[in-house]
Amino acid sequence: MSDERHELAIIGAGPAGMAAAITAAELGLDTVLLDEQGVPGGQIYRNIEALDRDGSIGSLGEDYRRGVDLARELRASRASYRPWSTVWQAAPDGRIGVTSAQGARMVRAQRILLATGAQERPVPVPGWTRRGVMTVGAAQTLLKASQLVPDVPVVLAGSGPLIYLVAIQLARAGCTIASILISTPGSRIAGALTELPRALLAGRALVKGIGWINEVRRLGIPTTSGVAHLRIEGAEQAEAVSYDADRKRQRVAAGLVLLHEGIIPNVQLSLAARCRHVWDESQVCWRPDTDQWGATSQERMAVVGDGAGIHGAQAAEPLGRLAALDAAFRLGRIDRAERDRRAAAERAELVRHDRIRPLLDRLFQPMPGMLLPDDPDTIVCRCEDVTLGALRDAVKLGGNDPNRAKLLTRCGMGPCQGRMCGPTVAAVIAHETGSSMQEVGTYRIRVPVRPVPLTALAELVGDDAGLPSAEATL
Amino acid sequence: MFRRLKPVTNDITIYLDDRPITVAAGDTVAAALLAAGVTDFRSSAVIGESREPHCMIGNCYECLVEIDDLPDRQACLVPVAAGMRVRRQVQGPRA
Amino acid sequence: MSGMRAGSDAIVIGGGLHGTCTAIHLALKGLRPLVIEKNTVGRHASSVNAGGVRQLRRHPAEIPLSVAAMDRWFKLGELLGTYAPMCEFVGNVGQIAVAETGDDMRPLQARVAELHRLGWTHEELIDRSELRRLAPALSEHCIGGLICRRDGFATPYLTMQAFRLRAVELGVRFQEQTRVVALEHGARWNVKTSNGTFESDVLVNCGGAWGWQAAEMVGEILPRGYFAPSMMVTTRMPHFLDPVVIGTGRKLSFKQTDTGTVVIGGGIMGIPHLDQDIADTVAERLRVSAQSCAILFPIMRRAIIVRTWAGLEARMPDEIPVIGPSQTAPNMWHAFGFSGHGFQLSPIVGSLLADLIVEGKSPLPIEAFRPGRFNEGPLRIDPTAA
Repeated sequence: MSDERHELAIIGAGPAGMAAAITAAELGLDTVLLDEQGVPGGQIYRNIEALDRDGSIGSLGEDYRRGVDLARELRASRASYRPWSTVWQAAPDGRIGVTSAQGARMVRAQRILLATGAQERPVPVPGWTRRGVMTVGAAQTLLKASQLVPDVPVVLAGSGPLIYLVAIQLARAGCTIASILISTPGSRIAGALTELPRALLAGRALVKGIGWINEVRRLGIPTTSGVAHLRIEGAEQAEAVSYDADRKRQRVAAGLVLLHEGIIPNVQLSLAARCRHVWDESQVCWRPDTDQWGATSQERMAVVGDGAGIHGAQAAEPLGRLAALDAAFRLGRIDRAERDRRAAAERAELVRHDRIRPLLDRLFQPMPGMLLPDDPDTIVCRCEDVTLGALRDAVKLGGNDPNRAKLLTRCGMGPCQGRMCGPTVAAVIAHETGSSMQEVGTYRIRVPVRPVPLTALAELVGDDAGLPSAEATL
Repeated sequence: MFRRLKPVTNDITIYLDDRPITVAAGDTVAAALLAAGVTDFRSSAVIGESREPHCMIGNCYECLVEIDDLPDRQACLVPVAAGMRVRRQVQGPRA
Repeated sequence: MSGMRAGSDAIVIGGGLHGTCTAIHLALKGLRPLVIEKNTVGRHASSVNAGGVRQLRRHPAEIPLSVAAMDRWFKLGELLGTYAPMCEFVGNVGQIAVAETGDDMRPLQARVAELHRLGWTHEELIDRSELRRLAPALSEHCIGGLICRRDGFATPYLTMQAFRLRAVELGVRFQEQTRVVALEHGARWNVKTSNGTFESDVLVNCGGAWGWQAAEMVGEILPRGYFAPSMMVTTRMPHFLDPVVIGTGRKLSFKQTDTGTVVIGGGIMGIPHLDQDIADTVAERLRVSAQSCAILFPIMRRAIIVRTWAGLEARMPDEIPVIGPSQTAPNMWHAFGFSGHGFQLSPIVGSLLADLIVEGKSPLPIEAFRPGRFNEGPLRIDPTAA
């Protein structure tokens, strides 16, 4: 049986993926959109269709309505939308491995757009592995997807706009927010104001952000800035957060601690495909090196949306459409002039949405102390329970890049394959060796990027036609 | 630790460690277990620390449970289905 | 070849296990070795192989080396000092070639007969009941097998680190991210690299899948074959298997590590990219490996694959390595081409090579591995057949 084939495969049904699929289908490309969730929306528009039917969008925020339109246009388009499809391989030669309820199969595409978005940056504070500690995004997902909210006092800790947004969403739902602990120092605001003239052109976004901060104040949620040396206390599960602020050690009781230090691109598939990546100093993350069309160093692959660098949900759409235009050009549907003509409006929209980005990047850049704990007993690799102390010992033994450190400690060998420890391991190595993050590099990521049951692999539908011979060369 | 904002109208029965529990039909297994008051999904691999979901979107791999005889499934990515058999991996994956 | 003096410089090309072991033994004999490695020490096959410590089913020429190596595995402290436990060597659990049918059993019976004729008794046929006793997790349909009871496994990437740390302890220097581009011999060796030129009296080529390139630099044509065997590993599973199991009628090597993960190999082919120092696995080809696991071990129907990888290995036409002096260049020796089964030999080859270099002879027979064998008749290779 020969493999399922398409001209264009898009992985991820968030705003970038949806926008790309809609445009690609309009341009006549045979397009498949694969997504691991059951409904479109990605993370930002999680469960958006049901929330719309429910009348719940108002309580989340009117911006979310855009997701309803995108989902509707996607379903009405001629793109083949495949929910509940987990992609574990996107190879540079266009072979995609995917598992669904029917089992595992290979799908072949002439061009692949990765639109797998972002993940929350891991926040390795001492005690972060205890029960009763989640990410801010986890609480938002429980709210959006399941209408579940905490019924214990909540402390949100870290930095970034999402902390304010979720605190407000939870407070509006009747939750007790015991405290917001912001790692950003107050003095950072002053520095950020140098970006203000440009950011003011972003208008709405800035007004919205200031609105959140005011709302938090109005709700009477205690907020502290410049917190450091956070520690989650409690033997069996989280009971409190202690921290340094205003030059003294303080403590606040909590039933649930929500951590957040911004989001970073999800690079598992792009690393596994050996796309070239660069370390982004201002966003403090790895991202694939992409051109203005999202194209990567791999001929058939592009990355769009937050997976290419954090630009936000609104910028994700023009990024997706630009990559779809470029795909249509590369696959011979439109010529270069047509592509460039249509791209102009997208680029203008992108510029508008990107205006606030330098301000946000500077304002919410994580404090080094939140990325590099100082307690050697802090767990760095959650899957294999590897502590900071063990990792440092390994660096001294010669583990001076993430792959060598991995071999010495098992850091990164567990099921998450480095998603939760990668940034921390690289930061520790950079610190211990005096190297830059670009020099330190990343884990070598291999397929499958999501675990595959052996029985699914045993029944994999796909053939290796067209691949180099299995015999030894020469 | 969690409560519903609205009462559940479409509930189904699944089995958690052989015990029947009532869950909302649209939930992921992770959300369903949290809603049912479960906070120990598994023991961590080396030190055996009790863990629950951390990120709820498939990145942290803390929510690993056995579902219908397959271990190490990410509960936050699997929707509940009537009659589903879930087992916590509280002493590591079962034989 | 007259012996090298203590204090002579030695350059080893290739920072894998064989190169590092050679450097260790040269250092023990008073030479001053420098290992030049184009990536990082142990980057390739040495760290990513299946980890089998296996005498079972070796080519007869390798058996004396394999038996001597096995003795060293059981006394790793003598070679690696305090680093020996890092290897996580588990011995005396056995490697079993499992027979599912009479068709599988026949070659195993012939093998034992052949070994006995050659004077070896380390491999033994076992029947169904002994198989079930040793590996109760094997499917009931398996009828017996061939075992080497002394065999076992180790953790390859940790073994590599142990060798490296021991070498450093003995004063071996490592020059990583350094690629050899030319080899010139005047009064001494001038090894030209991407990071400058290094001089040496002795030159050893342990270049693995790239070994033919160093040979070519001195005008010596050796086989260029290479391949990318692929592996996969599961999440941790409850302990169910002590010995290592290899397939007879099917491509499989199968072991469960101390952490509970199951490591699956057996020679399924990946796609090599030799010039990029990387290799890819092919899911469509791993399918048959997954099928074999489920057929032989019913418990594997609960297994979850978390990662696959492929290594880069040389392959010689007769599947045994090249070990011996260069045919064209003075004071140069080769040890590469282990064709996918060099790991178990890693404690011994470097030792033999050091003896050969310093004392002029190897204590074990290595004639079968001579580099010149490819130009002696039917195995003559045609350098123009690229």
